[in-house]
Amino acid sequence: MNKFKSRTALSGALALAIMGFGATGALAEETIKVGILHSLSGTMAISETTLKDVMLMLIDEQNKKGGLLGKKLEAVVVDPASDWPLFAEKAKQLLEVDKVAAVFGCWTSVSRKSVLPVFEQNNGILFYPVQYEGEESSRNVFYTGAAPNQQAIPAVDYLMNEEGVERWVLEGTDYVYPRTTNKILEAYLKAKGVAAEDIMINYTPFGFSDWQTEVAAIKKFGSAGKKTAVVSTINGDANVPFYKELGNQGIKATDIPVVAFSVGEEELAGLDTAPLVGHLAAWNYFMSADTPENAEFIAKWHAFIKNEKRVTNDPMEAHYIGFNMWVKAVEAAGTTETDAVIDSMVGVAVPNLSGGYSAMLPNHHITKPVLIGEIQGDGQFNTVWETSGLVPGDEWSDYLEGSKDLISDWRAPLSCGNFNAATGKCMGTVTQ
Amino acid sequence: MRRWVSGLLLLCAILPALAGGRLARADEIDDAIAGFAGNFAEVEQAIGALAATDDAVAPKILEALADGRLRIGPDHSLYIEDAKGALVEARTGAAADPPGKLKPVKVNNRVRRAVEAAMGQLTLLSPDPGQRMNAADTLFRSPDPGRLPALEQALAEETDARVKALLEQARAAILLMVPETPDADKIAAVETLAARGDQAARVLLGTAAEKSSGEIAAAANAALKSIDRELAFWSGVQSVYYGLSLGSVLLLAAIGLAITFGVMGVINMAHGEMVMLGAYTTFVVQDLIRNAAPGLFDYSLLIALPLAFLVAGAAGVAIERGIIRFLYGRPLETLLATFGLSLVLQQAVRSVFGPSNREVGNPSWMSGAVDVGGLVLTYNRLWIIVFSMMVFALLILLLRKTALGLQMRAVTQNRRMAASMGIRTDAVDSLTFGLGSGVAGVAGVALSQIENVSPNLGQSYIIDSFMVVVFGGVGNLWGTLVGAVSLGIANKLLEPVAGAVLGKIAVLILLVLFIQRRPRGLFPIKGRAVET
Repeated sequence: MNKFKSRTALSGALALAIMGFGATGALAEETIKVGILHSLSGTMAISETTLKDVMLMLIDEQNKKGGLLGKKLEAVVVDPASDWPLFAEKAKQLLEVDKVAAVFGCWTSVSRKSVLPVFEQNNGILFYPVQYEGEESSRNVFYTGAAPNQQAIPAVDYLMNEEGVERWVLEGTDYVYPRTTNKILEAYLKAKGVAAEDIMINYTPFGFSDWQTEVAAIKKFGSAGKKTAVVSTINGDANVPFYKELGNQGIKATDIPVVAFSVGEEELAGLDTAPLVGHLAAWNYFMSADTPENAEFIAKWHAFIKNEKRVTNDPMEAHYIGFNMWVKAVEAAGTTETDAVIDSMVGVAVPNLSGGYSAMLPNHHITKPVLIGEIQGDGQFNTVWETSGLVPGDEWSDYLEGSKDLISDWRAPLSCGNFNAATGKCMGTVTQ
Repeated sequence: MRRWVSGLLLLCAILPALAGGRLARADEIDDAIAGFAGNFAEVEQAIGALAATDDAVAPKILEALADGRLRIGPDHSLYIEDAKGALVEARTGAAADPPGKLKPVKVNNRVRRAVEAAMGQLTLLSPDPGQRMNAADTLFRSPDPGRLPALEQALAEETDARVKALLEQARAAILLMVPETPDADKIAAVETLAARGDQAARVLLGTAAEKSSGEIAAAANAALKSIDRELAFWSGVQSVYYGLSLGSVLLLAAIGLAITFGVMGVINMAHGEMVMLGAYTTFVVQDLIRNAAPGLFDYSLLIALPLAFLVAGAAGVAIERGIIRFLYGRPLETLLATFGLSLVLQQAVRSVFGPSNREVGNPSWMSGAVDVGGLVLTYNRLWIIVFSMMVFALLILLLRKTALGLQMRAVTQNRRMAASMGIRTDAVDSLTFGLGSGVAGVAGVALSQIENVSPNLGQSYIIDSFMVVVFGGVGNLWGTLVGAVSLGIANKLLEPVAGAVLGKIAVLILLVLFIQRRPRGLFPIKGRAVET
């Protein structure tokens, strides 16, 4: 009896060992490669490193569930080092050398513009997770962040209706995203009957840190007797000194509220938020969202990163949505072949973290809820307003000359990213 | 028996609180409180209704609401969480045993403004002059003719001169709004506002000038003109002050470089990383203090200063001994080696502390601002100006009055002569480099107060630092001072006119032109030392 037992145990172990060997053999041969193109060094590392980590977590999760199409997923991480030409080089390497099935990456618009031709020439798939200025639609890119109508315009509406704002300061960092967004906002505000002298637009360089003059100018502009608000497209590191200066010069949210489009939980983590309580941010996800999906996501994130203090933010949610959409599309297509996946992406719907379902639209943008949150003393946001339903992403703004007639539809008969509804022509591969 | 006694004690505790205000009809308060369950607009109405009851519980509830300590139960009754986390019933002040899960009452800016306005009404007669001051300020900023009788009463009872002045300005603002005010009173009101003389007063006078005619309009227009003159003057002063402040930051960043590059002639691209090391030292010190002795937080910067000097100085000595001493006289190689070193240091810090910003808090004496005339001087900038001047003075003293300073100057002016006089030149070299790096570390402590503490901190200052040193004249500390301050002021004078981006470009172009004309900077060092 005893002998028998030990023999079965032995053979069992042997079988396991063989199976294990077989499995590793299969791993080495047949994995689906997923590219991660986020800066791990340089100025953008501050924001993008987190996205690399969340992608590794999602891939890990999927592998625990048994992988995809019976194969394991394998992450290929490259570091474009916040260097825009290097983004294109690394993208090329991912597509041509590593032959990845899809790439999740980029943060700044300039990095996206730099890799765009690479993805179009090599027919790759890019998931872009950050809120951006719109005015672009590529067959090879899926935009899981917010378009201007999913962030900027609802935020301005909120200030106008709820706070009664009549005077506007559009303060931004000097590059493509703030300039385009402010152009759209200016056109929108003027369409709403705001006079030109009630709009002040100002730009500062990247990494600007001496905000004294700008904040004093905002204070002066705001003391003209009309309710004033600041719409901030200030990017990255420049935000911390900006908010510090606001706090020190005694501008409170009840006097001049600031609504920001690039400030999330991650940016506030380096800041004492007590003087900022009441300032606003517009996003499609806040870590404070009270849903079971979000609680599960945060728990998994804390377990994966082994730090209870780490926060989650909107671009992380965008990757969560984008990755799950890609998984669903690959399962539906039954292959990771680019054209088949692109075709089955449109119409895929997956749960987002704020309690709804986000769907991929024919223009390669997704539907999202829009949330306005107020900064709290603990560095979190308190949702004070949200859209009643989901807002579909609109790539070509309805408020800009030259882009309001354009539509994008990548489904079969039309298959065009910039179809001019007025002339009835597709403009072709002009992606600017 | 025991329970009975404690109940009595509780009653005693509540009674004086209730005696404070007029005893409102209980159902008025209940009606108002019921509104807190609704949306923001309903909460706003409830705040007004609650304030109108003038009951003693109103300010307590409103204060709790503004602080985010107001909770609402499933049965729409309100609870207040006190500082220790204990719950009391908002209505009675009794210790509470809520029937179910409580939710915080949500607050947005609209609600906060309503609370401010309501508190302005309720605290106009408060015994605390600070609260009365706030109340008067709220009334001035949102003048409401209905509040005039209460204001007159408060004015009659007021003893504090500053609060009284503010109340009079609030009264003037209201009087100007009401068309029925007699002309003489209106003119007096215009004079009161003209004396205040700031942007807010200007707005009120502007509307008064538009709406009225004759004598009042003339008085208002005259007041407007004088306010405009004054504001223009102050905005000029403000630009110069901001320039001085930017200049002091540049000076701090550049002064260590003025020693390593200016005095020693070493092109040190890792200079910015020394600043970063200083800033991270501050972060570590604050982190330790937060965990071990929170009471010392206000002294954290003073503790961090010597430590930052030692950390960055030691790093500097190590760099000089390990790398730079092999490369003296080969500026290109030095440049490349130190540039590589700066990348290594950045990535090392990124690996140890993570890529994201680290929070360095402002001690209480560096937060906030003081009004001087029409100027807002923020304390952190003010202290940095003072601090940079102190660092500068100490360095000058060190170079001029100490043996080490004498040796440093001797070695840099004529190395062989100094060596033959018995000076250990290589020891002086590493000490000088250590000093320059240590000063950069000290600058990092100051910059951590206004900048992000991230691995990129140093990078953003390295170019500006070189600009300042080259502009001021290499090898001349006074030149660095004048260079930093004049670059700062030029930048801030151009900024309101040309914008921050163009302003910076303009300054750069001017600098290039200047260097073309005078390649050795503002204050070139004359003599043979330059040629070697």
